Amino acid sequence: MLTLEKNSLSEEIEELVSLYGENRGSLLEILGAIEKKYGYISEFAQQEVARLLNIHPVEVYSFISFFSFLHSKPQGRNMVRMCKTIACNMKGADNISAVIEKELGIKFGETTKNRRVTLEYTNCLGMCDCAPAMLVNGKIYTNLDVEKAIKIINELK
Amino acid sequence: MSTSAVNPKKRTGPVIFSEYNSGDGIKKAFSLKREDILFELKESKLKGRGGAGFPTSSKWMLTAAATSEKKFLICNADEGEPGTFKDRVLLQEYPELVFDGMVIGGYTIGAKYGIVYLRGEYEYIYESLQSYLQSMRKRNFLGNNILGSNFSFDIKIHLGAGAYVCGEETALIESLEGERGEPRNRPPYPVNTGYMGYPTVVNNVETLAAVPHIVCKSGKWFKKFGTDKSTGSKLFSVSGDCNKPGVYELPWGITIRELLNIVEAENTKAVQVGGASGICIPKSGFDRKLGYEDAATGGSVIVFNEKRNMLQVLKNFMEFFVEESCGQCTPCRIGNVKLLEGVEKIEKGNYTFSYINTLKELGNTMKVASKCGLGQSSPNSFISILENFKDEIFKSNGANNDRVG
Repeated sequence: MLTLEKNSLSEEIEELVSLYGENRGSLLEILGAIEKKYGYISEFAQQEVARLLNIHPVEVYSFISFFSFLHSKPQGRNMVRMCKTIACNMKGADNISAVIEKELGIKFGETTKNRRVTLEYTNCLGMCDCAPAMLVNGKIYTNLDVEKAIKIINELK
Repeated sequence: MSTSAVNPKKRTGPVIFSEYNSGDGIKKAFSLKREDILFELKESKLKGRGGAGFPTSSKWMLTAAATSEKKFLICNADEGEPGTFKDRVLLQEYPELVFDGMVIGGYTIGAKYGIVYLRGEYEYIYESLQSYLQSMRKRNFLGNNILGSNFSFDIKIHLGAGAYVCGEETALIESLEGERGEPRNRPPYPVNTGYMGYPTVVNNVETLAAVPHIVCKSGKWFKKFGTDKSTGSKLFSVSGDCNKPGVYELPWGITIRELLNIVEAENTKAVQVGGASGICIPKSGFDRKLGYEDAATGGSVIVFNEKRNMLQVLKNFMEFFVEESCGQCTPCRIGNVKLLEGVEKIEKGNYTFSYINTLKELGNTMKVASKCGLGQSSPNSFISILENFKDEIFKSNGANNDRVG
């Protein structure tokens, strides 16, 4: 990472810390904001957060590793989260997942080579009455069928 | 294509979905003494709607009685139980009930700060909730000196980051404090040592949504609905094999059979009550009543028809628990993995009955030895599905066991 980029990231994190509060209780909000903007929380960002909150960097890493929506490695520009819990599963989510994998040429848990799409499984999205469902960059899509899902995926490619 | 837009259809129901005008509960509460509100709440016998069923009035009384410079009220909107989506409907369509309930709660227990812990999966609701809070501030239902009184209260929304266990109140508090979402030992309970060590009430979204109705219409009125031990109504989130899935407000005490008729379920083989951590009830139990005293649920009702393979259903549940166990205590971390292994062995026909019995014993051990509700309830579906569907599961001895249906 260039020094210039580092400096601007440091400044950004300083702003987040002053916005949410200079204490450990702001960790979820600060890391959530970094994740939202960059798609992951880099090692440098983790160290900066730790320095400003006066905690050990490993504690920041430990926190990130606990939550499935926080990442310490770069992800694709678009995050697709497919629900695999029972109600979606009963309505054919596994079939849709298989078709999406084929269409993108990657498995769930992987990112496309051009870094545009990451596929992840997630547990119950709370959309069981209009299953199957998936989240794309935080936006919800429901009552999916293969055709619908492929159309959404192809717009991300 | 997105359905994040609010369903314009107005819902009907005896309590939660009954007539209510935004702010009425707050105005009424301010005309009452705190003790009167607590009395009405106690009279209503309202119990926690998240699933555990702890009397709400006890939580509020203990926190109200605590002396502390700060107190907190947390709205638990980390709805993660498979098959539950009632809180999403409440937050999208009835935010006035939830937020008015929080203001009344803050006033009653003497808290100045309210926090909504919204699950990360519901991020798309965040903006609309923020703008609703802003409109409340404009109307002086929130902020400093609410409605000219000397009571000040404000609400912040925190987004979770995808962890089922954070629906457990102490895990939720841990994550708000910037720690891994691992449940605490209890006691001390949050009512005396909660968020940042201050007395804290953690209530489910639906519990808080019932409060304005109770304040406006009295605890006696609330008690008219439901049964003696399960008063009021419940929002049931119905999904699976039925023609009309969705959220239904029905009085407690309704039988499973009656509910199945309402949602137009046909050829039903089994009903999972209480989500993955609940129990699986076969046909012979369809006359059981939904309520804290019989088939308890936080609202999740998943319907399975004759075509479903119950072993695959169980496998889906066990995979869920293996992923969502926080890993802090051994019975839950290792136990769920062992139960899943067991399901996989049954799937392949590679098991003995003494092995299955050992796993059931392990399940019972997990129920008593796990630290929090996750590990204490995850063996429920394992035990109830293997028990209630043994003919189906063990007759085929592994054959035809590879599809949900």
